[in-house]
Amino acid sequence: MAEFRLPKNSRVQSGKVWPAPQGAKRTTLFNIYRFDPDTGNNPRLDSYHVDRDDCGPMVLDALIWIKNTVDPTLTFRRSCREGICGSCAMNISGTNTLACTRGIDEVEKNGIVNIYPLPHMPVVKDLVPDLTRFYAQHASVEPWLHTVTPAPEKEWRQSHEDRQKLDGLYECILCACCSTSCPSYWWNGDRYLGPAALLQAYRWLIDSRDESTGDRLDDLEDPFRLYRCHTIMNCANACPKGLNPAKAIAEIKQMMVARQV
Amino acid sequence: MGQFHFSIRTPVKGVRGLGSARSGTEHFWRQRLTAVALVPLALAFVAIVICASTRDYEGARALVSHPLTAILLLLFIVTGAIHGKLGAQVVIEDYIHHEGLKVLAVIANILFAAVVAVAAVFAVLKISFGV
Repeated sequence: MAEFRLPKNSRVQSGKVWPAPQGAKRTTLFNIYRFDPDTGNNPRLDSYHVDRDDCGPMVLDALIWIKNTVDPTLTFRRSCREGICGSCAMNISGTNTLACTRGIDEVEKNGIVNIYPLPHMPVVKDLVPDLTRFYAQHASVEPWLHTVTPAPEKEWRQSHEDRQKLDGLYECILCACCSTSCPSYWWNGDRYLGPAALLQAYRWLIDSRDESTGDRLDDLEDPFRLYRCHTIMNCANACPKGLNPAKAIAEIKQMMVARQV
Repeated sequence: MGQFHFSIRTPVKGVRGLGSARSGTEHFWRQRLTAVALVPLALAFVAIVICASTRDYEGARALVSHPLTAILLLLFIVTGAIHGKLGAQVVIEDYIHHEGLKVLAVIANILFAAVVAVAAVFAVLKISFGV
């Protein structure tokens, strides 16, 4: 059955409350999910007071500040700090988003920010989820150009109009905010491809240069791979790049019907 | 949840699974089609029920046996049963993950829809033809 409660060993317990930094005038309380698979203990929620006058404006700045000045064991992924690598995707104050592009002031409620890893994924450590299957799902839609026509001497050409059809699709950074916000993906992530992979599938389905549209549709036509999408729209809400995977999925469904009716 | 990093099988093996079923569009299309059809049919059904409730037994029988009402009722029953079956099947597939239990639930759902539809159709026909 669908899981409505976390398994016993995944239930979050209260954790350590670190003391507020000496002399800090303006602090924000960060409650952060901690899990270390090596200890065998349940996950816990640690609390840190972040000195806002000593820290940058973004949530990622606060995480780095905590790691540098309070608790070096805090584990999270980060790289570009400008919303292009997708590494620091996490659940911040109830919404999946990127820590680097979300301001602390945007997400704090009554001076508190709660941070969890992306929902319903296996946790490697603290805020680091295991995205192995997510990447495999992306790979399964074969996100590269398929052609049977012999390759031209120069590039495959594309009109400006056809290129514009890829806008709103190619920008996806595979941060997994959308897929892990989708209840359908939570319940059936083993068979449903999820919004991120389907957005990429659509990006290649409507690429004017791709010659495998029919084969791609064949591979997606499945009650689970595609049709587990029930237009819940959490994906479009969550996407930190402002993309709309739900619309892309609806377009795929429309293509499925179009080739039958 | 599959913990792929503990498995000897590759992640892509798990994702590809048994391959694409090459179906699902029919289900999707039929569900939308019946949904659209049910908008006027459900309104007609409610109107018929309201009309019937203001009459006595013989009056209600006469109303149901009228060709127009009988046809509307039959269309509502068949369309509603198909739509209900399709919708409930999605719910079952969403939430029941035990394979055996899922198949049993899908079968029960189909049979339930069929029994309800046949019984309701039979009732309308019996009243209509007055046998």
